[in-house]
Amino acid sequence: MQNLINWIDARIPMTRVWNMHLAQYPAPKNFNFWYFFGFIATIVLVNQIVTGVWLTMSYNPSAEGAFASVEYIMRDVEYGYVLRYMHSTGASAFFFVVYMHMFRGMIYGSYQKPRELLWLFGMFIFLALMAEAFMGYLLPWGQMSYWGAQVIISLFGAIPVIGDDITLWIRGDYVISGATLNRFFALHVIALPLVLVILVFLHIVALHEVGSNNPDGIDTKKKKGTIAEDDKPKFKFHEYYTSKKDIVDSIPFFPYVVLKDLVAFTIFLLVFCYIMFFAPEMGGYFIEAPNFEPANPLKTPDHIAPVWYFTPFYAILRAVPHKLLGVIAMFAAIILLALLPWIDRGKVRSIRYRCEAHKWNIVMFAICFLALMKLGAGTADDLNKFLSRLFGFGYFAFFGFLWLYSGNEKTKPVPERIA
Amino acid sequence: MKKLLIAILAFLPTFAMASSANAPAMEHANVDIRDKAAMQRGAQLYMNYCMGCHGLQYQRFERTFNDLGIPLDLGLQHLVPEGTKVGELMTSAMDTESGAKWFGAPPPDLSLITRLKGSGTKGQDWVFTYLKSFYADPTRPFGVNNEVFKDVGMPHALIELQGLPTQATEKQLVDGEMKDVYVGLKATGGSMSASEYDGAVRDLVTFLAYVAEPSRVDSEAIGKNVMIFLLVLLVLVFLLKKEFWRDIH
Repeated sequence: MQNLINWIDARIPMTRVWNMHLAQYPAPKNFNFWYFFGFIATIVLVNQIVTGVWLTMSYNPSAEGAFASVEYIMRDVEYGYVLRYMHSTGASAFFFVVYMHMFRGMIYGSYQKPRELLWLFGMFIFLALMAEAFMGYLLPWGQMSYWGAQVIISLFGAIPVIGDDITLWIRGDYVISGATLNRFFALHVIALPLVLVILVFLHIVALHEVGSNNPDGIDTKKKKGTIAEDDKPKFKFHEYYTSKKDIVDSIPFFPYVVLKDLVAFTIFLLVFCYIMFFAPEMGGYFIEAPNFEPANPLKTPDHIAPVWYFTPFYAILRAVPHKLLGVIAMFAAIILLALLPWIDRGKVRSIRYRCEAHKWNIVMFAICFLALMKLGAGTADDLNKFLSRLFGFGYFAFFGFLWLYSGNEKTKPVPERIA
Repeated sequence: MKKLLIAILAFLPTFAMASSANAPAMEHANVDIRDKAAMQRGAQLYMNYCMGCHGLQYQRFERTFNDLGIPLDLGLQHLVPEGTKVGELMTSAMDTESGAKWFGAPPPDLSLITRLKGSGTKGQDWVFTYLKSFYADPTRPFGVNNEVFKDVGMPHALIELQGLPTQATEKQLVDGEMKDVYVGLKATGGSMSASEYDGAVRDLVTFLAYVAEPSRVDSEAIGKNVMIFLLVLLVLVFLLKKEFWRDIH
């Protein structure tokens, strides 16, 4: 066995990578609930890729055959319904997990120096994920697939001068048609998954270069030579990390953090499998009822709403009376998130040691986001528009307030070490 | 702060519920997709009264017979149109063009109707209520209208079972005046009593609920085992984690 390992190690750095990134990778010892979602997101991504490959084997990407091929998978393919529900539930799970993961970054200041690039890669993953989900949603070729895509693509028409040409270019036709379905299929199964996997790789590379933040927001990598030998953890960490810094309050990622993550992951799987096997439509939020009818370009559904994970941004779009400004507001809502490392001028990371205003600001942001999520799924009556404007304003105000008070913030004393 | 959060979260659903149109009240179908006898009766009704116009184009006869416990030879003899093989899809004989010509719109395929008309059991309730909501309306081409689906192009296909319902009114005292008040539909002349008709419609909806998702029962059976497996796994993983983490504290 050792001979085999030596043989491989002489040709590819298997043991070195294993040690550097798993067995001797230092992770802060105080990870809490919020730190499970990165691990879970990775596994959900794998689930989407694997089930997606198998779905592709029976799916027919044509306007004439797409809807029927999905029902073929549901009925005639052995365990096809399991694959399809794993994929459809996985899509919603992915967004849930990613939203939790992003919120973690916000409350513990994980976007702050030196993790700006790590945060940006994450935001690019989020963008790619949204594109991936949007294109995947067209593939069943149901009514909501069709009209949802119609609404989103028409947003690009709001761009002055070149808008109409862009929508034509995206659709590949004057209306959404088989040509659109075919290109969305290509992008959904090849281009975007590749982009996602590469971005996730870069996200992890960037993470391992700077190391994980933690709920206290305290650096666990101290200046070389400042920590006494008997104060250091008894674990062996890779010299790539120990040669530059003194590592404190950390544990090896494998097996400790992996085992903790596995406990969380099993609980996640219980919820996931419950939804998948017992309520895959999730009350119409994961699979919408109008999507059980094939796309019909001549019949607009009574009520078009995107899937739940897009609704916060959709509510912002609808709240603005002007189409182009609405589109700008919607994209600004995402771009502002990406700019958090520079909007937040604070020096203290974790919500635990920041000013009182920051806590209320984050609570307000979370409430606004959830409220917008609910509002974006509803019909745009006057009350809905009023509330969308109110909570939309709250969403943007979060960033303004943050910039203001973080410039000269009264923080609590931050401990030197993790207790 | 936690108290405030809870208070606000409790408030959230109030405006979430605020949006819902004033659709007619739906009756509960209360179907049991494990009731094979009901599904068999429903399949028989479907073949006799619905299949002429409404196909189940994604579902196969053979799968249906197997799932419903109908012996293939019996099914082939009584439920499959002549010249159709048991492995074929349950398509309707009517083509879309004739359907559109005769009824104004082609009769829709019903493979997924109970999932299309609403999530969860809402779609089943819709179909159940719809089939009980036809009434005499001489202004319509087929002499019937529907309270759930106004001006629907479909005739009352189950008229020989239910009879022709009329919108019944009663004299009642309203604000000190005697007025005709609408009290519901009253059917006469059918071969079934009102409760028998309810039962027949329930059977039909049970069958349609099965066709909409034929794997539902299998899915829940597998799901139960998966849950048990995961609960055992959770205990083991938790103990393993605890054992390893003794190094740390």
